[in-house]
Amino acid sequence: MKTEPQVMDKKMNLTIDGINVTVDEGTTILEAARNLNIHIPTLCYHEDLCVAGNCRVCVVEQEKVRNLPASCATPVSEGMVIHTNSMKVRMARKHIVELLLSEHNADCTKCYKNGLCELQGLASQMLTGDHLFLDLVPDKKYTIDMFNTAIIKDDSRCIRCQRCVRTCEELQSVSALGVAFKGNKMKISTFFEHSLFEVVCTNCGQCVNRCPTGALIERNYIDQVWDAIYDPNKHVVVQTAPAVRVALGEALGMATGKIVTGKMVAALRRLGFNSVLDTDFTADLTIIEEGHELLTRLKRALVDKDPTVSLPMATSCSPGWIKFIEHTFPEYLPNLSTCKSPQQMFGALAKTYYAQKRKLDPKNIVSVSIMPCTAKKFEANRPEMRSSGYKDVDYVLTTRELGIMIKQAGLDFEALPEEKYDSFMGTSSGAAVIFGSTGGVMEAALRTAYELVTGRVVPFDGLNIVPVRGTEDEVREATIKIENVKPEWSFLEGVELKCAVANGLAHAKTLMQNVRDGKATYHFIEVMACPGGCLGGGGQPIPTNKEIRTKRKMAIYEEDMGMPIRKSHENPEIAEIYKEFLEKPLGHKSHELLHTHYTPRKRY
Amino acid sequence: MSEQTLKRVDLIFGEYSNEKYKVLASTLERTNEDILQDLLESGLRGRGGAGFPTSMKWKFTAETPGDEKYVVCNADEGEPGTFKDREILYRVPRKVFSGMAICGKVIGAKKGYMYLRGEYKFMVPELMRELDSYHEHAKQLGLDFTIEIRMGSGAYICGEESALFESMEGGRGEPRNKPPYPTTSGFMKKPTVINNVETFVNVLMIMRLGPDQYKKLGTTDSRGSKVFSVSGDTPIPGIYELELGMPLDRFVDEFGDGDTKAVQVGGASGFCVPRKKFKDTVIGFEGVPTGGSMMIFNSSRSMYNVLHNYLEFFEEESCGQCTPCRVGCQQLLKGIVAVKKGEKKALYLDQLMKLSESMKITAKCGLGQSVANSFSSIVNNFKEEMIY
Repeated sequence: MKTEPQVMDKKMNLTIDGINVTVDEGTTILEAARNLNIHIPTLCYHEDLCVAGNCRVCVVEQEKVRNLPASCATPVSEGMVIHTNSMKVRMARKHIVELLLSEHNADCTKCYKNGLCELQGLASQMLTGDHLFLDLVPDKKYTIDMFNTAIIKDDSRCIRCQRCVRTCEELQSVSALGVAFKGNKMKISTFFEHSLFEVVCTNCGQCVNRCPTGALIERNYIDQVWDAIYDPNKHVVVQTAPAVRVALGEALGMATGKIVTGKMVAALRRLGFNSVLDTDFTADLTIIEEGHELLTRLKRALVDKDPTVSLPMATSCSPGWIKFIEHTFPEYLPNLSTCKSPQQMFGALAKTYYAQKRKLDPKNIVSVSIMPCTAKKFEANRPEMRSSGYKDVDYVLTTRELGIMIKQAGLDFEALPEEKYDSFMGTSSGAAVIFGSTGGVMEAALRTAYELVTGRVVPFDGLNIVPVRGTEDEVREATIKIENVKPEWSFLEGVELKCAVANGLAHAKTLMQNVRDGKATYHFIEVMACPGGCLGGGGQPIPTNKEIRTKRKMAIYEEDMGMPIRKSHENPEIAEIYKEFLEKPLGHKSHELLHTHYTPRKRY
Repeated sequence: MSEQTLKRVDLIFGEYSNEKYKVLASTLERTNEDILQDLLESGLRGRGGAGFPTSMKWKFTAETPGDEKYVVCNADEGEPGTFKDREILYRVPRKVFSGMAICGKVIGAKKGYMYLRGEYKFMVPELMRELDSYHEHAKQLGLDFTIEIRMGSGAYICGEESALFESMEGGRGEPRNKPPYPTTSGFMKKPTVINNVETFVNVLMIMRLGPDQYKKLGTTDSRGSKVFSVSGDTPIPGIYELELGMPLDRFVDEFGDGDTKAVQVGGASGFCVPRKKFKDTVIGFEGVPTGGSMMIFNSSRSMYNVLHNYLEFFEEESCGQCTPCRVGCQQLLKGIVAVKKGEKKALYLDQLMKLSESMKITAKCGLGQSVANSFSSIVNNFKEEMIY
């Protein structure tokens, strides 16, 4: 995690490009320059990560100092005189970018990140057309790891800035990616250079979000989806995850944190999807199933005194978190809720309930999901996810890929009208929308479970259970006291329900270590693999930083507040599906279609 | 003067007393201010090559607040052509440990480490025996300062102080950003003094002789003596302790084979001095500094091959984290090959010279910064050998 400069009252005076400025001690030259709106180019620097200072693109000239310090890594000192664009700096910077290019497969038109690549941007800024140095790429034996279903790693595009390595280690505590070898052979690699699918990688895609070039990208399924859309024999159903609607606009040139639900629905319809539905519907369904599962586990623990019951129960919506626990805490697999994630529940129902109701042959249904996530691609391809006899979800597209499709189709996104989801499986509650933010599943579950048990709404102003809304800085803990319960739930009278919420796998690791070491006891924990929850997911538009994620978060809660229904159990389509198809929560059909189990994996 | 400046000295390897750790015992009775004052007056500068004043390094570390501080002896002698630390550790390890212990006392450290080059593993049993004896004496002297040996694994970059700390902490040997410097944040992010093997021995010599007598050796900028590793086209290769500040022509007279074409002073990261400049070149911090490596080349040697060899070394030994060093070394190497083969015009050497200048001012650590030393001094002085 980025180490914030310590709060100090000491001030430093310096001059940057002739402007005198006073900043706090500990500020870096880069930060001081940015405060003055002087933009020093960077590559390895990222707001979310610790400072590496290894690309050297951000070098500046300091008077009376022979070497050019890296502005991202050098704290200001009193009386320092800095030039960010001197002759020396320009020459050095151009050399550095030329060096990076000489080692880089600069076949930009064949690159997925063409137009979005930070190196490309710098190259065009520096007019690097003259190829100062020899091309080193032909002599390098670069490898491309294409075996993974979610993430592709192309070493020929890598500039070794180590953003991915720092992301994997600092934000996610996974360390699937590391630095291997030295000198001219130095590369970013995995355990014994195995493919990403063979190592501890959780497919969270946070590295993809932060890779400045096309070295780490999602495996895209855009062409397959177009093929399905154009196939007259196929009925293509699309579902959209809650966090997509607050970020898609960014991929299409709109301001950060804009709610674009209606335009997104309109766009999907124009792309040619036969039915535009909402993952939020199955998010509501997850709450009903998972809520009942929690209450059942609590009953077994409190009434039956069953020692085999696994508490705390952990949410299972985040596929990155699932794979993390499979690798790192396999002994806690029984603690995971058996509920499939909303995406998979939706897929399973699309090929059963939806098919029945629309009188379609499930083999002709193609189920596509739009997700803020790369791990969902892996999840959709899990062997566990075919219980209906068909693959629950055929193709997973990230928010970014949907953005590309909308551009391909030539739609003027901002000018599109606001349209509504198709029904059925398109109606949802505000409780489902907040699944997109850390703490959202917890809040949604509490809104329903509390009411189910006590017959009253949760005792929080406007249904906003702020104490469980997670932050990126720590594991959030909250205790909800249950009082005056309905007679059938008398065993819960006076129980203090202990909850914890974590986002980002580094926090998840802390949380699980505390549980394992007995330092904390909880009944229910929510974990989302990505910083900020799904809104900061690995499939969301690039760039990402705390400010962007905060704006998306505000948009999500705004969307919740604006929904006519705020509680999952009040969603009329949920009542309908239980009446028509599932019969009852945790019933036979639910178990068959909506629940699953996971498997332990290796620790490297 | 010149007669005097090539004086062979016998400071470091000399045996002065049968009584072990006598100088250490007497020094421990002195105040820290007193010891630092002696070091300051002696003008001692680090013997690893960079030549930072030792007294300042110790003083800064002593002044940094903190309960936990460390003394680290950099025995990762990896510079091509340098083998003097091996000799020192082999013959007078006691002096090294004593110097470390004095440093521990001055800065307030309780723990010292010796980071030993991986290839010097054969010396460990001998060093351990001496360490046992040191610990015994320290106990008798009531000195709470223990020393431990940590092994390197053969990476040149781990001789760079911050990469060395990373390696000792179990990380990948990659240099850190500076500032902060080791004096405030070194091993385990604690204030640390890290010095070369020879520097610690020099400290002990100053404590024994006093700064006035020590100062008599050398010149104003380069006080004392230095242990040199002489190799290459010389009839008498080996380890020699000489006074600092000697002109290179005197050195070549003494050690050359009569046909000396160039001397590489300071190893692969040092400077190449051609014959015509021998007279004007002084070995020392005012002239060409060296960590001890003196490689002599006679007229049978191709300086292109010499440079090619150095660049191959750097290309492989760069840690690879920063752009100028990782890619720059590859470009310099491939570049001189291309010029030699005629694939690139001779003018391309100018482009490479500019690149090496950029590397010098933008690389993250001393490795990348010093590649330009040998590159520019060899290319500038032997350009025709690079082209034809």
